[in-house]
Amino acid sequence: MLSAARVWWMPPDGALHGIAIDRLMWWNLVALGLLFVAAHVLLFAAMVHRKKAHAQPRSSLRKEWIGLAGLTLMYAWMAISAQRLWATIRYQGAAPGALQVEVTGEQFQWYFRYPGADGVFGNTRPDLISAPAGNPLGLDRTDPRGNDDIVSSALVLPVGREVDLGIRSIDVIHGFFIPGMRLKQNAVPGMEMHIHFTPIVAGDYSILCSQVCGLGHARMQAHLRVVPAGEYAAWHASHEPQHTSGAAP
Amino acid sequence: MSQDVQTEAAQRRLLFTTDHRILGVWYLLLSLAAVAVGTVLSVFMRIHIIAPDLKLPFWGVVPPEGYLALVTMHGTLMVFFVLTTAPVNGFASLVLPAQIGAKRMALPLLNAISLWSTVVSFLVLLAAFFVRGGAPISGWTNYPPLSAIAAAGPGQATGMDLWLVSIGIFCFAAVLGAVNLLTTIISKRCAGMTLMRMPLTVWAWLVTAALIVFAFSILFAAVVMLLSDRHLATSFFVPPGEVINGVISRAHADGSPMLWLHLFWFFGHPEVYIAILPAMGLTSSLLANFTRRPVLGYKFMVATTLAIGFFGLLVWGHHMFVSGMNPYAGTAFALTTMAIAVPSSAKVLGWLAMLLRGRDSRVHPLPTPMLFTLGFLSFFIAGGLTGPILAQPVLDAYLHNTYFVVAHFHLVMAMAGMFSLFAAVYYWFPLMTGRLMNERLGKWHFWLSLIGAYGTFFPMHFAGLAGQPRHYAQLTGSTSTLASLLPLQKGITHAALFLATAQLVFLFNLVWSARRGRIAGMNPWQATTMEWAPNDTECRVACGPYEYFDGNLSCFAPQCATETEQE
Repeated sequence: MLSAARVWWMPPDGALHGIAIDRLMWWNLVALGLLFVAAHVLLFAAMVHRKKAHAQPRSSLRKEWIGLAGLTLMYAWMAISAQRLWATIRYQGAAPGALQVEVTGEQFQWYFRYPGADGVFGNTRPDLISAPAGNPLGLDRTDPRGNDDIVSSALVLPVGREVDLGIRSIDVIHGFFIPGMRLKQNAVPGMEMHIHFTPIVAGDYSILCSQVCGLGHARMQAHLRVVPAGEYAAWHASHEPQHTSGAAP
Repeated sequence: MSQDVQTEAAQRRLLFTTDHRILGVWYLLLSLAAVAVGTVLSVFMRIHIIAPDLKLPFWGVVPPEGYLALVTMHGTLMVFFVLTTAPVNGFASLVLPAQIGAKRMALPLLNAISLWSTVVSFLVLLAAFFVRGGAPISGWTNYPPLSAIAAAGPGQATGMDLWLVSIGIFCFAAVLGAVNLLTTIISKRCAGMTLMRMPLTVWAWLVTAALIVFAFSILFAAVVMLLSDRHLATSFFVPPGEVINGVISRAHADGSPMLWLHLFWFFGHPEVYIAILPAMGLTSSLLANFTRRPVLGYKFMVATTLAIGFFGLLVWGHHMFVSGMNPYAGTAFALTTMAIAVPSSAKVLGWLAMLLRGRDSRVHPLPTPMLFTLGFLSFFIAGGLTGPILAQPVLDAYLHNTYFVVAHFHLVMAMAGMFSLFAAVYYWFPLMTGRLMNERLGKWHFWLSLIGAYGTFFPMHFAGLAGQPRHYAQLTGSTSTLASLLPLQKGITHAALFLATAQLVFLFNLVWSARRGRIAGMNPWQATTMEWAPNDTECRVACGPYEYFDGNLSCFAPQCATETEQE
């Protein structure tokens, strides 16, 4: 199922934390949209309306001060409500039981690595990286922990389970962006960034690159498939490496 | 023959002059050239997005890297050579000394060196189009390692070097210009011109010049460090183990791209205020001038200008919420960013109040500079109101690097900035040519531009909400969600073509009015500030800058009272 394309609003939300974000976005846009209209009504009133000149008594600035106080309160409300949500989503790492997936950006492709049955990722080394030889991430075959690692070009996740993404890049800065999951995090070479979320609606979501990364930036796209737990297990089983020293699938 | 010698001498005087008014006109002509090139580049971009296979004149079919080169050069030209050069050095050179009653700048030679360095910087930048690989493709922010390693893309070799050298020269020129402005404002004010009698434009230039000294020094350091990473094998910005194009880079030890982001945005955000503070000063002045009433809350306007300048230095991290910065730092920068919305809102409320109170007394019909000032206000409100949304990390995490941000900064910085520059050109044109610009053409230019600008940038909010990232050369790819945005993007391109075409009215008006425009005479706008005082008068200031009295057009007190009047 491909999520229906929308032009006037965000694509349908598929993540648990997205519900609160969408609500916040809605209230912000409504409040600021109304202010935009109100300010322009005043602007036009000032332009059009013109009485014959007669000296007007200088009135006090009380109305403006009240307006400024109102705006300040609104900004404070925005800052506080957004910070609470930001803290909930970003201040803490994923729960210990979260599904671990490593995301690697390279010009111009996303790769996803699952740790396999042992729950541990094997070592990678930059000098082993060779996409033509079937090792785009530079997996170290001498590390037994990596024998059951799965490398995939699509991100497949079970619905309803928290996932902890470790986001890296091997070359330049990329931007890992899943609009349908309300998720964005830059992939910075030399760092591993962790973000976590829980997909709650099954479906197919676009993964885009949101940080200009070279001539193929616009085509650096991938798919996230959120599937029922049983389907995920079957997918995982079918992608497990068949022999311990074989090439990555 | 003697005439040849004379014209040659006259030409030399124009080129090697340190006269601030002539330098001001040079700066403005440079900006005019830059804005023309930048606009053509943006038109090419807009066409490419909706018709990637179309053959463009002089170019052919634009490849994806060509599109990114257009983006990079468009942004660089507009931000540096238009929105920095014109409002700060251009108009300050033209009117600042007169506004404070000075005969000349404090450091005229520095001003001239600054101008010609900026011209060299401009030529070096344009040269990037003509070298092997073309212009750089990493956007005007040029994040490493894409900008640090030549193999990372076409244009990232010589093109990128030229960009860095050009911006290095620009930083040098900008700091020289700012030192001159600061010194002039501090030391060259005439008798009676106390700080609290300075026009708000002068206050804006004072704060802007201080910001330039901070911001451009940092950018200069960053540019030198990046050049050193590229050619001297240092590792400020490049981490170890980089694999680009299948080749592992062994030249670099232990740098971090995050350092560049911090340095760049420590420059980049104050830069926004460098571009917009002079516009704010001009807006206050023109609203007073054309509503024939004093600026409402002069001290308050000064205080908000200082507050915006101060907070402007503390908000750079809001460009980096999802960059890999610590999320706690995100909270801190979100709060400073919300804080800067308060003085900005205060200014807008002040201007709206001035307009409403001035309904009865204002000049009728509205002259073109006033219309463009209202346009500035409209765009500043439209673009400014999305600021608080983007200041919330949790919402910015969705909108970052989408068209929503493109809409935001094109409205609040580019369109507001441009409309204010237009207001300044229409307003101060008599100081350059002795003539007024044609009002009828000016009004056409205003309304067509207003419609074109809203038609171009307002719909971009929706593309951003729909999740379309910036810097996408085309709307295809393995996922199908972006293709549905094509009709919206087509509409935007048509509006952009309309907007660009409307500027021909302005160019025509400029050329026509310079030769045939109505002779302006002394003080055509009945203004109080001293750039309109007769040229050779020895001014002595005895009152504030905006002594307009209600209702009556001829009832105002110019700041310049001559010595004889005093006695």
